[in-house]
Amino acid sequence: MSDAVVPHRLEPNAQASRSGTGWLKRALDSDIFYSFRRSRMTMVAAAVTILFFLLAIFASQLSVQNPFDPAQLQLMNSRISPLWTAEGQSPFLLGTDEQGRDVFSAILYGLRISLVVGVLGVVLAGTLGITLGLIAGYFGGTIDGLILRIADVQLTFPAILIALLVNGVAKSVFGNRLDAMSTLAVLVVAIGLSFWVQYARTVRGSVMVEKNKDYVAAAQLIGLPAPKIIFRHVLPNTMGPILVIATINLALAIITEATLSFLGAGMPDTMPSLGTLIRIGNNYLFAGEWWIVAFPGIALAGLILSINLLGDWLRDALNPKLR
Amino acid sequence: MLAFTLRRAIQAIGVMIAVGVIAFSMFRFAGDPVNQIVSLDTPAAEREAVRKSLGLDDPVPVQFARYFGNAVQFKFGVSYQFRQPVSNLLMERMPATLELAACATVLAMVFGILMGVYSALRRDTILTKFFQAVSLIGISLPTFLIGILLIYLFSVTLGWLPSFGRGDVVRIGWWTTGLLTLSGLKALIMPSITLGLFQMTLIMRLVRAEMLEVLRTDYIRFARARGLTTRAIHFGHALKNTLVPVITVAGLQFGSVIAFAIITETVFQWPGMGLLFVQAVQNVDIPIMAAYLLMVSLIFVTINLVVDILYTIVDPRLRSTISRPA
Repeated sequence: MSDAVVPHRLEPNAQASRSGTGWLKRALDSDIFYSFRRSRMTMVAAAVTILFFLLAIFASQLSVQNPFDPAQLQLMNSRISPLWTAEGQSPFLLGTDEQGRDVFSAILYGLRISLVVGVLGVVLAGTLGITLGLIAGYFGGTIDGLILRIADVQLTFPAILIALLVNGVAKSVFGNRLDAMSTLAVLVVAIGLSFWVQYARTVRGSVMVEKNKDYVAAAQLIGLPAPKIIFRHVLPNTMGPILVIATINLALAIITEATLSFLGAGMPDTMPSLGTLIRIGNNYLFAGEWWIVAFPGIALAGLILSINLLGDWLRDALNPKLR
Repeated sequence: MLAFTLRRAIQAIGVMIAVGVIAFSMFRFAGDPVNQIVSLDTPAAEREAVRKSLGLDDPVPVQFARYFGNAVQFKFGVSYQFRQPVSNLLMERMPATLELAACATVLAMVFGILMGVYSALRRDTILTKFFQAVSLIGISLPTFLIGILLIYLFSVTLGWLPSFGRGDVVRIGWWTTGLLTLSGLKALIMPSITLGLFQMTLIMRLVRAEMLEVLRTDYIRFARARGLTTRAIHFGHALKNTLVPVITVAGLQFGSVIAFAIITETVFQWPGMGLLFVQAVQNVDIPIMAAYLLMVSLIFVTINLVVDILYTIVDPRLRSTISRPA
């Protein structure tokens, strides 16, 4: 983190271009990029992850129909097997389900929902956990004990159980008929509340180390307010492990969302995520229509596997002790 | 030692009371329970009588004390869906879940330890690479996908194993077991594998890491110098010393095996507590949700407490650090 000191009175343009190229050069020269290039598996995993994100972003451009629009579905097209099988029909690359919905398009839209819930869930869990961890580590004392106790208790319960409970409670508060967008919000909250503990504990640990260093004492000495010291000066020094946790948590959050949807406690059939698609497809497995469940399943497994591989690599790359 | 045990026990009771508050407050979120009981055209006076008889006019702390008091005696009220006492439903379903969880844990321990030891001793063989690939899959594939895959392979395609249910069960007292019939055993295979795979990967990675660490220690080097056979060194000395943390983790994980059984039971329509809970969440059946939460928490808290206490008995080094509070 040896930041080149940028002089204060530079032209805004010059400053931007300078820090821009400097940033790129530093990134390409860094140890992390070197270890990235050394690991072929990681490069493949990164490419697959980026591909999945692009597929999700451009879902509406890449799909042959909008699978959520009943007007675009035709029952004539129902239960077509994938293109390369004997009964395959273009343009339905991966076949269709019982409502004539193109499986490939449904996967693209489902991927979008899975990723949105996963990313927002991780952001919420991270914000909550980092804030609580910073507070606990910086101030210590009673508030530290309280946060730590709550974290301890929550850590004994698996995330999926907490997420199911939050979901159940939300259903009982708002009634059983939640619309799709509110369900999505409930899922994000459920995931956020189940995964904050790890961030809080990690951040607390690093803050306890950081706060005894000279730069914090110096900041306190010149009279900076505590929030400014915490967020501007201590937080950036705890970011390494947080990045690793966030990556691995993204995979866990996507699994959790898919599991909840599979159990029927997540996204509804009208706005399916990958988990919902697998639940729907599972009903047709015995009829021999394997493609309705197989392709969403492969997409989900591929996504999680590549994110996990990235997370594993990041953990090793950021932690030289493990090498 | 006694002080430590007591302090941990008080902490455990505190956690249970906190969980009780959560379970109790779910009822308060769920709207007026009187509406669940009476019909639409019941006169107001009668509603009032029902309310009185349920004690809903009492202050909230009194209601909580009553709920918790009943829960301690295993009375959780009546399920909204089934119109049966929740405790009966849970007792009926518990043997199925416990049998499944126990089988999965045994499976995970046996194969996890075998694979872990092998991949620590033969680090660069093809089989080790294969085990590591399996463990990556075990962590990356969601449980329900593994279940679906197994069903498609062994039930739909090959027709070897049943895809749902428990098979024939034998009743022993209030306990029902599927372990004594052929169809019961056959029905147990796929759910146990599905449930145990994640634990297996966890145990395998742990055993491997611990073994590698132990094999580097001085006493192993000394054992080599004494000219002991490789077998005696690996299994008599190294493995024995890795087993303490492995058993701890496996014990602690038993709670989450029961929680993860929710997913496995849904995939295989296994008639256990987890399936009951999922159906309760879908139908907003609060008495069952609350009771399940309390039961599972009790199992979790008990396991944690027992493991903590056993640890201090087994490992005297921990005792000295604990009895001297920092």
